[in-house]
This record gives sequence, C-alpha cells and structure tokens, in this order.
Amino acid sequence: MNFTDVLSNAFRGAFGPEAAIYALAAVGLNLHFGFTGLLNFGHVGFMLVGAYGVAVSVSTWGLSLWVGLLVGIACSIVLALILGIPTLRLRGDYLAIATIAGAEVLRYFYRSDWAAPLTGGVYGLRQFANEFFALNPYSSDLALGPLYFSARNLWVMTAGWALVILASLLVYLLIRSPWGRVLRAIREDELAARSLGKNVYAYKMQSLVLGGVIGGIAGALIAIATQSVNPDNFNPAVTFYLWAIMILGGASTILGPIIGSMIFWFLATFLDSFLRNATASGVIPPDLLSGPDVGALRFVFVGLCLLLLMIYRPAGILGDPKELRLDVR
Amino acid sequence: MRPRLMAIVAAFFLLCLTGVGAASAALVGTPTTANRPAVLTAEGDQSLKGTLRGPDGKPLSGVTVTAEQNGTSVGSATSNAEGQWEVPLPSPGEYTLKLDLSTLPDGVQPRDKGGEVLEAVVVRPQQQRTVIFPLVSTSQQQQEKAGSVPQSTSGPTQAGDQNEPGATGESGEGTTPNRVLQLVVEGIKLGAIIAITAVGLSLIFGTTRLINFAHGEIVTIGAVVAFWVSTSPGSLPLVIGGLAAVVAGGLLGGGLEGGLWRPMRRRSTGLIQMFIISIGLSLFLRYLILVLFSGRREKYSQYALQPAMHLGPISITPRDLIVTLASFAILILVAVLLQRTRMGKAARAVADNKDLAEASGIDVDRVILSIWVIGGALAALGGVFYGLTQGAVYWDMGFNLLLLMFAGVILGGLGSAYGAMIGSIIVGLVSQLSNLWFPPSLQNAWALLVLIIVLLVRPQGILGRAERAG
Repeated sequence: MNFTDVLSNAFRGAFGPEAAIYALAAVGLNLHFGFTGLLNFGHVGFMLVGAYGVAVSVSTWGLSLWVGLLVGIACSIVLALILGIPTLRLRGDYLAIATIAGAEVLRYFYRSDWAAPLTGGVYGLRQFANEFFALNPYSSDLALGPLYFSARNLWVMTAGWALVILASLLVYLLIRSPWGRVLRAIREDELAARSLGKNVYAYKMQSLVLGGVIGGIAGALIAIATQSVNPDNFNPAVTFYLWAIMILGGASTILGPIIGSMIFWFLATFLDSFLRNATASGVIPPDLLSGPDVGALRFVFVGLCLLLLMIYRPAGILGDPKELRLDVR
Repeated sequence: MRPRLMAIVAAFFLLCLTGVGAASAALVGTPTTANRPAVLTAEGDQSLKGTLRGPDGKPLSGVTVTAEQNGTSVGSATSNAEGQWEVPLPSPGEYTLKLDLSTLPDGVQPRDKGGEVLEAVVVRPQQQRTVIFPLVSTSQQQQEKAGSVPQSTSGPTQAGDQNEPGATGESGEGTTPNRVLQLVVEGIKLGAIIAITAVGLSLIFGTTRLINFAHGEIVTIGAVVAFWVSTSPGSLPLVIGGLAAVVAGGLLGGGLEGGLWRPMRRRSTGLIQMFIISIGLSLFLRYLILVLFSGRREKYSQYALQPAMHLGPISITPRDLIVTLASFAILILVAVLLQRTRMGKAARAVADNKDLAEASGIDVDRVILSIWVIGGALAALGGVFYGLTQGAVYWDMGFNLLLLMFAGVILGGLGSAYGAMIGSIIVGLVSQLSNLWFPPSLQNAWALLVLIIVLLVRPQGILGRAERAG
C-alpha cells in the first residue's frame, strides 16, 4: 500500500480536467434544477451535441476548431428548444423522464449506422483538437511534490477552471438580476409566478437554453481534452454524476457545483486509487475484487452518495435547507 | 397480503413456469450442454472463435475461416467435427473475418448477402471473442430472412458488450406482408414482457405517486437470480430458477417498501426527493450487480437453442411462444386480481383517492406493501422472460428495459394498470415494426420518440385521467 500515491491521485482528481469539466456542466444543471426547479435528467444530451459539434465540424467538415465550438453551442441551443417545447409544460417528474429519454434517443442516433458518415458511429471521432493544444502556453510539466500534471492537462485545466469561473460569475450576476428572481419564483411556486403575469414558459425555456449552452461547452471541452468522442461515453450515468455533484455541493448555490465537483472527484479517485492499490499490493485478495470491478464500485459509490445525500442532507454541503423545497408543484 | 391471494399468485407463477419448461422440453428435447464449445486454447491470449452450424442445427466441419488485419492474413482455422473453429491472434485490435464460401457444404450459405465477411471485429486484450456466422440453406433463405430476429441472432455477437457494430442485422428489406406479420409477432412478444414489468411500475405510481427508477434493477435481479439458480452446481431446472427469481423480486419489492419508502413517506419527504433517491438506488443496485455478476453476457443454459416452428407465415421458437402466452396469462390474472379480489379493489381505491380510501377503512400501508411485492415479483419474472427471449442475461438489461417501460407506462397513462399493458404492447410493436424501415440499432430510439410525442399531444396518456400534468 502506498498512501502517498493514493492521496496524490485523489488530489489530482480534485483539481484535474475532469473535475473542471464536470463542475462546468454542473453549473449549467444547477441553473436548471437549482434555480429554476427543472428536473433535467438529460443534461448529458447537451454535452453530447456540444462535443459532437466540435468533433464533426473539424473531422468531417474540415472547419476550424473555433467554428466547431460555435457549432456545438448552436447545437445545444437547438436541442434545448426541441427538448423544451414539448416538455416544459409538463409536471416535474414527466419532464425528468422525457429528458432522460431525449438524451438516450440522441445517443442512439449518434451511434447509429445512419449517422456514421458524420459521427463515425460507434467508433466516434479522434484527433480534432490539435489547434487547441497548439496554443498551449505551458512548455513543461508541473510537479508539486508528489502532485504531477502534464503540460497538456495543465492547459486543459486552465481553460476548464477559467470557464467554470466565468460561467459561475455569469450565473451569479443573472440570479441577482430581476430575471433571476423570476426564475427562483418559478421554482418556489409556479402558479404564483404565473398569476403575477410572468410568462413562466418563456422563462423556463431561457433557463433551459442557457444551462444547456453551458452543458454544451462542457461537452466540447471533454471532446477537446481527450481528443476523441464516442457516443457511449455520453450515457445516462454522466447525468447522474452531475446530479450527485450538484446535490453534494448544494443546489441553488453559486459555489455548490464547484465544491461539489472537487469533493466528488477527490472521493471517487481516492476510492478508485485506493482499491487499485490495495488489490495490486494484495491487501485485498485479487479474487475478491478485480480491475473492472473497481471501476464499477465507483458507480456504486455515486449511487449511494446520491441516495444518502437525498435522505439526510438534500440541501448539500453549502445549501440552505430552507432555500430549496423539493416538491412537485 | 391475504393468504388466498398469495396462494393464487404463487400457483399461477408455478404453472406458467412449468408450462415453459414442459412444452419446450417436449418440443426440442432439452439441448442443454451441446452448445458449449470446449476451450481450445490456454487462457491469456486473444483469439476469435465460434461454432459453425448449418440451418438444421448440425455442426459444419472443414469450413475455413481467415482473420485479416489491414488486408493481410494473420491466421486461419478450419472447423472441426463439432463445427468449432478458433483463430489465435497476435495482438488485440480490429480484424476482418472471412468465411471461405468454397469450403461451405452445398446448399448452405450466409443468411445475409455478404455475410461471409465480418468487418471491424474488435478484440480486446486477452479476449476470446465468439463470432457467429448466421447460415441458412439456399432454398429456405427467403423464409429465414423474414424469420430472423435482428437483435438476437445476426452479426458478430460478443460476450459482455451490447454496443457492437455489426449486430445490426438486416434493414430496408421492404415490407413484405410476411415480414410485417413476423415483426408484429415479435412486437407483441416484446410488448407483453414490457407489460408485465411495467404493471408494477404503474401501480406503484398510482398508489404512492413515486416514479420508481429502480424498477429496472428488480428486472435484472430477477434474471440474474434465475441464472444463478439454474446454473448453480446442482444445475436446477430453469423453472425453479424462475420461481426463485419471483420470490427474490417479491422480497426485494417488499423490503424496499418496508425499509426505505415507508419511512420516507412517514418523514413526508418530497416526491422529487424520493424520485432522486430512487435514481441513486438504481445506480447503486445496477453497479452492484455488475460487480457481483461481472460484465459478461450470459445465456440460460436451458432452452437456449431451439429450432423455430413455422406457423403459416410466422416462425417462432416454442420458448418464445410459451413466454408470450404466459405473459398474457399473467396480465389477465393481474386484471382479474384488480377487478375481483378485495385487495385489488382496495388497490384501485387507493390509486383513485388515497385519503378517501384511508377514511373508509382501507389499510393503505398494507395495500401499498402488497403492490410492491406483486410489482417486484412481476418485474423479476419479466426479467427471466426477457433474458430467455433475448438470449442474454447482462447487468444493465433492466435499465435498457426501464426506458421502454416508462414509454409504455406514460403512453398508457401513469398510474393505470390497464394503460400500462396497452401502452407497453404499443411500445413493443413500434420498436419492432420500425425495423421495416429503419436500422434495428435505432429500434429503442423510436419507442422513446413515441414517448416524447405522447407527452406533447396527450400527456395523461391513453387511459390516464385528464388531470393537470404541467
């Protein structure tokens, strides 16, 4: 057992590219659920179209990466409109099923033989973000004691956390604007907001589009960071990760998604690294737990996390239990 | 739950399961171990292997299979007397597999045109991947084409991974009446299985307003329990396995209600909160199954290979026929229970108006508990049926089915048991009939699109009460 390794891995997880990207996506989801009360369980759909917007533009159409990013954003706006028009009039739980179904339909289409000429089907697309890495200002890797980041990851992290801060700042300003107050009014009591003459449907749609765009950018960032997209990486489990992150940190708080993502990835990588270390060094007998099982245990942990948080602390670490009353209608 | 009711339910499950067993055994003579090829190489290296069988189910020997990578041959093998072949591979990667047509016996040919070449077969490190070349006799090709089920028989199939290319089968073959009929039968079969799992989901929603996201995991647990029992050292008959699954599903359902949901209701937890809890529970259970069961796709060893019966233009295996009939019988039984027994009436009363039911002396908690038990048992049985007809038991099968269940339940009207039945069968039909025009890899997508369209047009569903849904 090497505890320095396990701990340094866990810290790398807390600050690494994944934590930044999931924090960004969770900021979008927080705008949906935390501030507007929309039960969006298809957030991964926005990430999917954002990622493929970049990948298809560059790999298939030969456009520049930055045009691809715009295409990705445009795709998330279109998706938000398509998803929102039928579902935003529905009660919360219907919306949840409709969004998860919508995201799955998207995944099926992107991986189908039909779309394969564009999206590469089940194999996805690769090597389309060289333009991004060509801009990398870091020339050497960073080593802080046992903590080690490659120059590539440093660049992705810089971009990722910068975007997280920008998006959080945007949400912070918006929520304090009259527009944001209407959103929160809708979350608290939709009928009251409606009876005050607010066009609830339009507000919900604007929130869905804005949060979706943030999700789309997060998806694009995943595609860029890994230089690859594959439809099956955008499965419903990603959405559940985001929910766990958001609720852990505290829905309807500005810092919640950021803190949540850091803690979540710290714990997830810690668990992962600990179990791998323990099986490798024989502390846990290998026939009790093998490599693939460790990956699965992470999800067991996420599920348990979501379950226990919702039972015992639905407002999360930062949230105010009075701020967010979770109920239908 | 009332003992008499319990006895009826138990007797009926037993009857259905023995029905499957007896009829299938009578028709085929239990081909149990014949389809397990012996391991030909040592563990640790990658290879591609398979067993070649002719249209009559007999093994084909002396057929040459060649593996190529980037256009150069990396190895070949000739099938032995049992029809088994195995090509050892130098490294993991993507291979093209070719069947030498000239070595095939006369009158046998690949089912699909060009089916002798399988491209882009991905082999992972240390994987002995099984590949199937579907073969038919030259004369009956047309008939077989109409009869083949895309999702379960065509293309290279691989243990432990449903997300494979090539497993797409045929599409765009035009709409001959025979094919339409065949797909209708497939659709009804799938729909009936969805229906028995979805009835519980809908009733639970009707009585407690909870959308139970973890319902799919009860389905998987049912299938897995039946697999474990039927392949355990004693290798008990699958019928016993099915019974064990039903018991496990019922216990799990009852346990969740008593241990989790009732206390949550007592704390007056919000519905959205409970919904998210059920999502966490679903995730927790699903990946726990993955750890315990592993990511492989397993087959029930019994009733695995059956020749199809041809009833006029339709071909169906005895196993699937019995499963479909049993599913319908169970649906009718559920309907009778709901209409005729005290418990059924009480359940409908609670679903209609909980407070009024409670005020008129119905023990609401007991009603809800029995609905959870019955719903769990039905879901687990549905899992066994789904595993049987799909030919595979795997860790996220229930989750795959869950979205179709939601589609069926919402289409029929959330909370209504009969709506769930009708909606599920429509969903089954839609997903199968879409194969007429679209690739089978998209069949679930169409079913989910139906869900979204229903929400747009008639959110309360076909039989739902027109209450405010938005």
